[in-house]
Amino acid sequence: MTLTATAPPRSAGTAEPGRRRKSIWSYWRFYLALSPFYILFAVFGLYPLGSTILLAFQKWDGLGPRQFVGLQNFSFLLEDSTFWLSLWNTLVLFVMSTVPTLAIALTLAVMLNSAIRFKGIYRIAYFIPNITSLVAAAIFFAAIFSTNFGLINSGLRALGLPTEDWLGQPWGIKIAVSAMIVWQWTGYNTIIYLAGLQAIPTEQYEAAKVDGAGPLRTFFSITLPQLRPVVLFTVIMSTIGGLQTFTEPQVMVGETGGADQSGLTTVLYFYNTAFRANDYGYAGAIAISIFLLVLLFTAINWRLLRGRSSE
Amino acid sequence: MNRGRGILLHVALTVAGLLCLFPFFWTLVMATNTTADIYRYPPKFTFGSQFDDNIRHVLENVAFFSSMANTAVVAISTTVLVLFFDSLAAFTFAKFRFPGRQALFVILLATMLLPAQLSVVPQFQTMIAFGWVGSLKALVIPAAANAFGIFWLRQYFQNSIHDELIEAATLDGCGFFGVYRHVALPSARPALAFLGIFTFVGSWNDYFWPLIVLTNPDHLTLQVALSSLNRSHGVDYSMVMTGALLAMIPLIIVFVVFARQFIKGATEGAIRG
Repeated sequence: MTLTATAPPRSAGTAEPGRRRKSIWSYWRFYLALSPFYILFAVFGLYPLGSTILLAFQKWDGLGPRQFVGLQNFSFLLEDSTFWLSLWNTLVLFVMSTVPTLAIALTLAVMLNSAIRFKGIYRIAYFIPNITSLVAAAIFFAAIFSTNFGLINSGLRALGLPTEDWLGQPWGIKIAVSAMIVWQWTGYNTIIYLAGLQAIPTEQYEAAKVDGAGPLRTFFSITLPQLRPVVLFTVIMSTIGGLQTFTEPQVMVGETGGADQSGLTTVLYFYNTAFRANDYGYAGAIAISIFLLVLLFTAINWRLLRGRSSE
Repeated sequence: MNRGRGILLHVALTVAGLLCLFPFFWTLVMATNTTADIYRYPPKFTFGSQFDDNIRHVLENVAFFSSMANTAVVAISTTVLVLFFDSLAAFTFAKFRFPGRQALFVILLATMLLPAQLSVVPQFQTMIAFGWVGSLKALVIPAAANAFGIFWLRQYFQNSIHDELIEAATLDGCGFFGVYRHVALPSARPALAFLGIFTFVGSWNDYFWPLIVLTNPDHLTLQVALSSLNRSHGVDYSMVMTGALLAMIPLIIVFVVFARQFIKGATEGAIRG
C-alpha cells in the first residue's frame, strides 16, 4: 500500500480527509522535496538544450548579435571534411577500443567465475584503472608511447625490433588512445560480466553436463545467451562513452588531434569550434549531430542484441 | 578442475591484474627518479630518491595545493548536496503518491538520455550571465542533484523500506521530513555510500567542464592543473608524473577503503539495468 496521510491530520470540519478532497497544496512537502532536481534541470539542462537547438540555426561569435541563418550550419556540416574526418576518427577509435575491451573482459570474467580463491583481490585490482582520472592516465600513456624513452619503444629495442614514433604518426596515435581506453575499461566490464555470470542458475550447467556438452558448447548455448542483457548494457555504455571521446586525445596529442589530425574526435572538434574558434552556432550543429549519432547507435545496438534474443 | 589448470587460471588472472596495476608502479618509478634516469636505455625499473625534488618542482610550477583544495571543496560539497537532494527526491518518488508523480518521473528518466556536451555552450553562457565563470560555484551548483542518483536510490528505497515502518514513525509524530530523517536515511546507508563514492570520484576526476569554465589560471581544479603542467612541462616526465601521482593519491585511498561497497553498487546498477 502507499501512504497518503503524512501531512498532519486536518482538524474536523470537512467531513472526509480522503484523497480526492485534498487540495494540491497539501502535497507541498513532496513538491518541495523534488524541487531541487527540477529547478537545477530547468536552469542548467532544459534551458541550455533549447538554447543549443536555437543556436544551431544561428551564426554567433559569442559577443556580437545573433543572426538567424536557417539550415546553413547543417549544410556546411555535410560538406565539412574536418567534421567527417572527426567522425571517422571517433568510430575507428570506438571499434579499436571497444572490441578488445569487451572480448578480454568476457574472457577474464569467465576465468574469474571458475576461480575459487582471491576473487575479491582480482576484482579490486581490475577496477582501479576505472577510478583513475582520464588526465592522469592520458599523461601516463603518452609517456609509455613516447618516442625516445617510452617503455613500448624500449621493449621493441630489447627485442631487436624497429621503434616507432607512436604519437607522431596517425595510426600510432589511434593505437595509443585505444590502448588507454582498453586499460581503463576492461576491468570495469569484467566485473559487470562476472556479476552477470553469477546470476545464471547452476541447474542449467548441470543439465548441460548431463547432456554431455563440452565447455565450448556450454559457453555458446548457455552462458552467452543468458548474458545477453548484460552484454547489451556494456555495449550501450561503451557506445555512449566511445562517441564522446575527448580527454584522451586532447591530453595525449593536443587540441589539433596530432599527425593528420588522427586524434581529432568529434567532441574535440566541437570543443575547438566553440571555445577556440568561438563559432557557437556551428558548434551547436555539431553538438546536435553527436546527440543524434548516440541515439542512432543506441537504437542499432538495442535492435541487434534484443532482436536476436526474441527469435 | 584439475590442479594444473587451476594454477594456469590464476597465472592468467594475476597477469591481467598486474597489467591493470602496472601504471601505478611505473608512475611511482618515474616520480622517484630524474627524467634523465628514465631517458636511459635500458630504462630504470627501481625506485630512486628524487621524489622530494620532483614534488618541489611540481609545487614551483603549478598551484598544486590550492588546486587540490579547490578540488576537495568541489568534490565534497557536490557529494553532500547530491546525497541530500537525491535521497530526498528518491524517497518521495519511492514511497508517496501525489498528483503529477508519473509525469515527473518520466521527465527524470528522459533527462538521463541527454549527453552532457549537447548543452555545454549555452551552459557556459548561463555561467557568464550569473557571473560564475572562474568560480567553483559553476562546478558545484549544476551538479548538485542528478537523475541517475534519484533513479538509483528510488529502487533501493522501494525494496528496503517497509510501509509499516513509515506508518509507525508517522504515528510517533514524525512529519514528512522527520520520516525522511529517521527512517529513510538510516536504512539506506549502503546505497548512499555507493552514490557518495561514485559522485566523489566523478567530481574529483571531472575535466571537460572545469576546463571550459575555470578560466583563471590561479583558480583551477587538479585535473586542469595537471593537464596544464603536462602541456607546459611535458618534457620533464618525472615532474609531470609526480603531479599525476599526487593527484591520484586521495582517490586511491577513498577507493581502497570503500572498494567492496563501490564494486557491489556498480554491478547492481548494471545487472538490474
